Amino acid sequence: METGFLQEQRTLEGDLNSKTSHKNSVDYLMNWFRSRSIFVLAYGTGCGAIEMPPTFTSRYDAERLGIRGAATPRQADVIIVSGYCSYKTLRRIIRTYEQMSNPKYLLALGSCTINGGMYWDSYNTIKKLEDYLPVDMYVSGCMPRPESILEGFIALQKDISNGKASSWQKYEDNYEFYRKNQEAVLGKTVEPSYEADWYLYDGGL
Amino acid sequence: MILLDLVLMFIIAYTFGFLYYGLYRNITARFQRRFGPPVYQSFVDSIKFFLKEDSTSHGWMFYLGPIIMMSGAVMTLFFIPLFNTGESFKGLSEYGNLFLVLYLLVLGPLGNALGVGVGGNPFGVMGVTRGLTRLFALEMPFYIAVIAIMSLSGSADITTIATEQTTMNAIIYPLLFIGALFSFIGMMGQSPFDVVGAPVEVYSGPASEFSGKFLALLMSQSAIFTFAKLVLMVDLFLGGASGFIELITKTFILFLFVIAFGSLYGRFKTPQSVDFLLKVPTIISIVGLILATWSS
Repeated sequence: METGFLQEQRTLEGDLNSKTSHKNSVDYLMNWFRSRSIFVLAYGTGCGAIEMPPTFTSRYDAERLGIRGAATPRQADVIIVSGYCSYKTLRRIIRTYEQMSNPKYLLALGSCTINGGMYWDSYNTIKKLEDYLPVDMYVSGCMPRPESILEGFIALQKDISNGKASSWQKYEDNYEFYRKNQEAVLGKTVEPSYEADWYLYDGGL
Repeated sequence: MILLDLVLMFIIAYTFGFLYYGLYRNITARFQRRFGPPVYQSFVDSIKFFLKEDSTSHGWMFYLGPIIMMSGAVMTLFFIPLFNTGESFKGLSEYGNLFLVLYLLVLGPLGNALGVGVGGNPFGVMGVTRGLTRLFALEMPFYIAVIAIMSLSGSADITTIATEQTTMNAIIYPLLFIGALFSFIGMMGQSPFDVVGAPVEVYSGPASEFSGKFLALLMSQSAIFTFAKLVLMVDLFLGGASGFIELITKTFILFLFVIAFGSLYGRFKTPQSVDFLLKVPTIISIVGLILATWSS
């Protein structure tokens, strides 16, 4: 009987290996590889960013589940939106999300991404992230502890290995819907302009 | 027969390259008091990247970069004999000597530099600039040591050099070995000389614009290249290997030393690493060369 840390590891992994439904064995294998290797773009949009360093470093060690940080959007599978999004940040999130290659997933942390949280009546933050970008998994809490983030990752991994996490397809199929919502708050040019001085244009001073 | 040899060499290098990379991540995790990923994690990562779609497009030269790098790594592997017996797994080593291998060692990075330059990612260009700056300093102590070994054993043929060592070159000429080992740590991309793909500083450097299948290709070539370089080091300084178990033992001990060294030390800045490599290991190599010629 294993105890302590090893037992926890087995419990988490046992959850991942649970019975799943698949079309065929190639599908199963592809989804297994995708679920067991997750490169995360830990984009610190809000206060939740502070919970990510402990998740990825020695104390909680997400790497034991195949989850590790990615250097650039090109290499990433999962983008974490960690908390409230101001309009200005939303531009960058959309830009980054669209730079990632398929299949890609979005993990949203905290109440702010679900319904606005404590920023529910703020004049320059969005309330529901789901209206602007497709979300695969929410982790509730204000803020979620590293344990909850790991639980969220495992739930996402389970969805991926079941073939259920397909928000990127949803984004491609309903692009008009998302684009309309994005334009409603950000104006006609959704992408941030990197050519101009940041303090003169693009929602700056 | 030679074709079968080459295919088997490729499979061996691929398998053990990824195994070593997995062990590298696991052992580094243990150094940091973590549980660490499973041994097969790097392999899973590379297969996952093969399954991803590519969305970037920067013209054909951009895509040629990783392919040149892969062919550079595979060609290096083919010209290095795995065993010192000269019978099996010698690949193409009888058609090319150490000079060719030294040339092929830098072919991949140079080819990749062209591809990254076309991509135009500033971090990629920064990584390549750092890599080429470091390369000059990196080659100095290594080439002095290797040319010394070549002239001392009177042959440029790797199999001959490996076979003629009754006592290991590392024991007879310790200073040459230490000089070459410093360069080798840099070639393996380990601290303190890991300025090229430095995380946090240049965001994985040359690889930062590559995604999907091309990143997977880069990961695979890095695994194969690592194994090839380890075998070259074992052939030149540790007497080669007569059997499979000896080969794995020797390469793994060398690999373990390199990663242990890498996890103990912090990272140099680029000028610092050039300064250090041109001073300490180069002088060690030159002193080793003088002592070796003296005694022989």
